[in-house]
Amino acid sequence: MSKRVGMEVSIAVSEAVKLADVDIVAAYPITPQTHIVEHLSELVADGDLDAEFVCVESEHSAMSAVVGSSAAGARSFTATASQGLALMHEILFIASSMRLPIVMVVANRALSSPLSIWNDHSDIMASRDCGWIQYFVENGQESFDHVLIAFRVAEDPAVSLPAIINLDGFVLSHVIEPHILLDEEEVARYLPPFRPVSRLDPDHPVTMGDFATPEFYLEVKKAQEAALRDSRAVIDRGWKEFAELTGRQYQAVETYKADGAEVLLLAMGALGETASVAIDRMRERGLSVGLVKLRLWRPFPAEDLRQALGDARKIVVLDRAISFGAATNPVAAEVAGLLYDAEPRPRIFNMVIGLGGRDVRVEDFEAILEKALGEDSAPGPVGEYELIGVRE
Amino acid sequence: MTSKEKTWTWRDIPVGAVVEEPGNASEYLTGGWRSERPVFTPDHCVQCGLCYVYCPDAAIVMTREGYPDIRLDYCKGCGICARECFMSTFGLSCFEMVDEEEFR
Ligand code: SF4
Ligand code: SF4
Repeated sequence: MSKRVGMEVSIAVSEAVKLADVDIVAAYPITPQTHIVEHLSELVADGDLDAEFVCVESEHSAMSAVVGSSAAGARSFTATASQGLALMHEILFIASSMRLPIVMVVANRALSSPLSIWNDHSDIMASRDCGWIQYFVENGQESFDHVLIAFRVAEDPAVSLPAIINLDGFVLSHVIEPHILLDEEEVARYLPPFRPVSRLDPDHPVTMGDFATPEFYLEVKKAQEAALRDSRAVIDRGWKEFAELTGRQYQAVETYKADGAEVLLLAMGALGETASVAIDRMRERGLSVGLVKLRLWRPFPAEDLRQALGDARKIVVLDRAISFGAATNPVAAEVAGLLYDAEPRPRIFNMVIGLGGRDVRVEDFEAILEKALGEDSAPGPVGEYELIGVRE
Repeated sequence: MTSKEKTWTWRDIPVGAVVEEPGNASEYLTGGWRSERPVFTPDHCVQCGLCYVYCPDAAIVMTREGYPDIRLDYCKGCGICARECFMSTFGLSCFEMVDEEEFR
């Protein structure tokens, strides 16, 4: 039977990894991911999880180790953040190109320097083109659920791709929330044993991660890109069947009081909950604002987002990272591209918010939305954005 | 990569570009890259096999008699065997690197 318990989100994530009955965890501790792997190492040491815990000497090694274990057919998990993800960068592309269904939690954190252990999305945005399926979760329950969903989708033979669950560091990873945990029997119904498409086996030797000449590389990349795009159908099925099991329905894009709103706020991750409070308050004051939440980042749910943004004349796009020197910031760039041929084209207000753990309050969202309400909707200059809260 | 694979479309690529035919790199002849050829003289060879170990292309096989035999279809002419030959310690390397032009 499912039970509802109060628990730190990181611990709940580890419990989900345990329920997924992983074979290998290879990880290097880094704030704010630490509690996840600490708890996993305890579970392994106490005999509660029959898995190999590989204490590697760096994140580069952690990712390399799970590439090896996944290639050998073992269900493999790792977690990291910030500099750790940056150190993995090289191997991330290898894991996706080799089509290894590793699942990784990234407890999103700012990048150095200056050293900051606090939350933003600079880490994942620097690795966003790594070819992994990428989810952004909003609360503890979503985090727990998505470990199971991510394995289920990643290991589907039609997908066979790794997946990252982005979970905001501290503001989500370290809070205590109520979680409805699944039991082993429920998980067994949802998550079948891992049957790799191909694996390292001395009796049936194959070569993995080989080199490719120019006549060949292009086709490999096309196949990889098609697999990531086509994974969307399997992700939707994974969510649907999860809903049948638990009653909790997830979607690539979710809306909150968005119907007919003059201004829509687009958010990802834990900020969505704070933003929804601002929307409630402003709706009570009769203001026409709504919220759109992007849960799936890769493959990018273009059609869903286009529909969710609907006829809104003004869209506030939140970015949690700066794309230095770029025409615009990562999320705004996607949205601007998506709406290029919308008729009429809405105005995009790009707001970079909460960098390096700068607090984001309900009042901040109210101020941003009020400002957008007061502006006209003629498209503004490309690349204009505001750095919310910066001292001028 | 073999000639068969050259006609593959992206749909034909095995998942993860796994090479399902182990050892098919043998069909890829790299000898044509060579500008210098190692020429072996057995006079001082002590049959230690170091050259076999060091060759980065596995282009050296050891004969039944214990001497190196260079597979010129694969040898890229890097000269590592000539340098790492045990006897080169005494200035008596068993390999001499000879300009490929000489064999034309
Ligand atoms: S020259 Fe280089 S490739 Fe050729 S046999 Fe010697 S070590 Fe091997
Ligand atoms: S390294 Fe030199 S001495 Fe040793 S087996 Fe090779 S050729 Fe002979």
